[in-house]
Amino acid sequence: MNWTETKNLKSVSLEDIPQLHMNELRTQIIDGIKNGRRLVQFFGDKKDGRLILYAVLADDLTSRLFIASSKFGNEKEYQSITPEIPAAHLFEREFYEQFGIEPKGHPWLKPVRKGIAGISSEEIPYNFFNMTGEEMHEVGVGPIHAGVIEPGHFRFSCHGEKVYYLEIEHGFQHRGIEDLFVKNYNKSLYLTKLSESVAGDTVIGHAGAFVRAMESLGNTAISRRAQLIRTIMLELERIAVHLGDLSALSGDVAYLTGNSVFGALRTKIINTTMAICGNRFGRGIMTIGGINYDISSKLESEIKSILNRLSDDADLAAEVLFSSASVLERFEQTGVIEKETALEIGMVGPAARSSGISLDIRSDHPFDAYQYFTVHKLTLESGDVFARAYMRFIEIQHSIRIILEQLANLQDGELKCPANSLQPDGMVVSLAEGWRGEIAHVIITNSSGNIKRVKIKDPSFHNWFALALAVREEGVSDFPLCNKSFNLSYCGTDL
Amino acid sequence: MLDLIKLRNRHGYQSIRDIPNAKLSGMHRGFPVIDESKCMDDCQKCSDICPASAISLKPLSIDIGKCTFCGECERVCGYGSVKFINEYKSGSTDREKLIITSNKSFEEFRKDAIIKRKEIHKLFGRSLKFRQVSAAGCNGCEMELAACSNVNFDMGRFGIDFVASPRHADGVVITGPVSKNMAPALMDAFNSVNEPKIVIAAGACAISGGIFAESDELNRKFFDEIKIDLYIPGCPPHPLNFINSVLDFIRKK
Repeated sequence: MNWTETKNLKSVSLEDIPQLHMNELRTQIIDGIKNGRRLVQFFGDKKDGRLILYAVLADDLTSRLFIASSKFGNEKEYQSITPEIPAAHLFEREFYEQFGIEPKGHPWLKPVRKGIAGISSEEIPYNFFNMTGEEMHEVGVGPIHAGVIEPGHFRFSCHGEKVYYLEIEHGFQHRGIEDLFVKNYNKSLYLTKLSESVAGDTVIGHAGAFVRAMESLGNTAISRRAQLIRTIMLELERIAVHLGDLSALSGDVAYLTGNSVFGALRTKIINTTMAICGNRFGRGIMTIGGINYDISSKLESEIKSILNRLSDDADLAAEVLFSSASVLERFEQTGVIEKETALEIGMVGPAARSSGISLDIRSDHPFDAYQYFTVHKLTLESGDVFARAYMRFIEIQHSIRIILEQLANLQDGELKCPANSLQPDGMVVSLAEGWRGEIAHVIITNSSGNIKRVKIKDPSFHNWFALALAVREEGVSDFPLCNKSFNLSYCGTDL
Repeated sequence: MLDLIKLRNRHGYQSIRDIPNAKLSGMHRGFPVIDESKCMDDCQKCSDICPASAISLKPLSIDIGKCTFCGECERVCGYGSVKFINEYKSGSTDREKLIITSNKSFEEFRKDAIIKRKEIHKLFGRSLKFRQVSAAGCNGCEMELAACSNVNFDMGRFGIDFVASPRHADGVVITGPVSKNMAPALMDAFNSVNEPKIVIAAGACAISGGIFAESDELNRKFFDEIKIDLYIPGCPPHPLNFINSVLDFIRKK
């Protein structure tokens, strides 16, 4: 394998990326993944009228990334990777949808974002998988769901109460965000705001991945203080969402104490985020070259006392929640994803760690302040709703410790440095561990140093399929619980 | 059991008692106060930098139906012509009134921002149920709307709730810029709500398309056909903004 070797946030020159024949690239991707590497990105880009396919593999043990490409001429198809590597299935469907090159032998070549059933006549109609037989029936849910949440369509094939099969149809949220990045390449502030809205629940995660990518391409160094505050913001985001999820999970099993208590704790954290930057979700703090808002020493001591109190409150609330028989009855052995399955389908984030996969970008491909200290990777083995809920709790405590430690390390420094122009004909892969898992932004520049391609991957892109597998053989009434235990992003997938 | 009692005790009473008069942290970027007299000739830094194209010049104005409240204009302006204050009640029944001009104070804006209608109070004053439709919303507005019903804000105490079925609803709350793929579902949901009904657009994306306004993947025909009763700006709108704007709209005084 002569792939270009790089690492997280280390930009490379496009001309250094080897161009292989598609058959060769395919074999090497398969070999790489069979030898423990992970498929991080797989996407197309047009250069001088020719289509180039880029593949990015990660070696998590050694913190390295590998990039290779293949150029397409008149070929309209290639041999699909998915039958060998199921984790590639959505990447290949996306590539097919965006560029029309067919992965031959793909078992499930359906639209990702464009062919919505019953809506668009010009698109390919979406054919749902269906099962027939006596007493088989279908339950369709969405696109508009019962709660105040984003749209998506779920179709269950059930036998009585039991779910045999769930198909998830996406695309309702498609806003053409990658195109907007390229069209507005010269408005860096607009692009930062756009990155905050890739998924509004992962503002710091996505905006952080984007600004770091831009800084890397521009060789812009930011101060240690800015890095630390970014890290603190990312951990606050993680704590807030995890608390909200524990609240919602309690609500889904009608455990109202948990619902209220965790909900109120979440409010305290997002209000702390607002005290730092004026917005409850952290909008406005990230900027290319640093941060817009500082943490004063007064605010620092406030944050410390809020987090210390939260740590005690969360301990007590979790003790009560996880010792309640009625809660455990619903959480345990529900929606199990075995480690083997999780590896095969390429799961990421806390959901993967709950199934025993030791993968955490903060530790494996460190960025910002994570470069200066070790993040211990937390894993659980059971892979059920309980594990995913308990993982939320231990990650909350872990993040509180990280923030308290890093607040003590805050040292003076510039908040914002001027941003340099971008490297021409360059490419950077920016990975981050958002609260859902691995966020991957790739930015490619043209010969004048302008953005010409932005590829965004939210962790949900990997994990939706896990949800579909988790509900098999479960009661249809356990679906909301399983769904919340993953809490995946619709717009992050639909872009 | 003892732990549970201890927990309830520690939890205490979390609801904000006086929603209409609740104050937000000084950091919150709410209503923009504009003073054009401080501007230097031909300076257009604020309108150049605005990511939502919400700022017009000569005369200087900010359209809070487009604004994402990022605060960049305030930062980039060296003269203090724009300042975001922490007043959060920015709902209006009239799209035009969301365009904030120079020297318009918050009190002045509030005076006629929400035009009350007798029949609205009569129909919905004591009970108002919404079907929320997220049409390509990024989950920011959705999370804030969901937060309206949590223990802190407890919107249910005013008889206002989000319900699962449009058949049970008195109105629709729209978030998101409305993607092509969601446009038909939005219309279906709206049509499924019985008359009389109200429609609320919450957040910059729903009101104007927000930062997605230029996208080719949107279909905003809904807004050409259906009259919006209440606009609630923000990116996302704070729960207090949503609840208070709705209360101002449906209450007698």
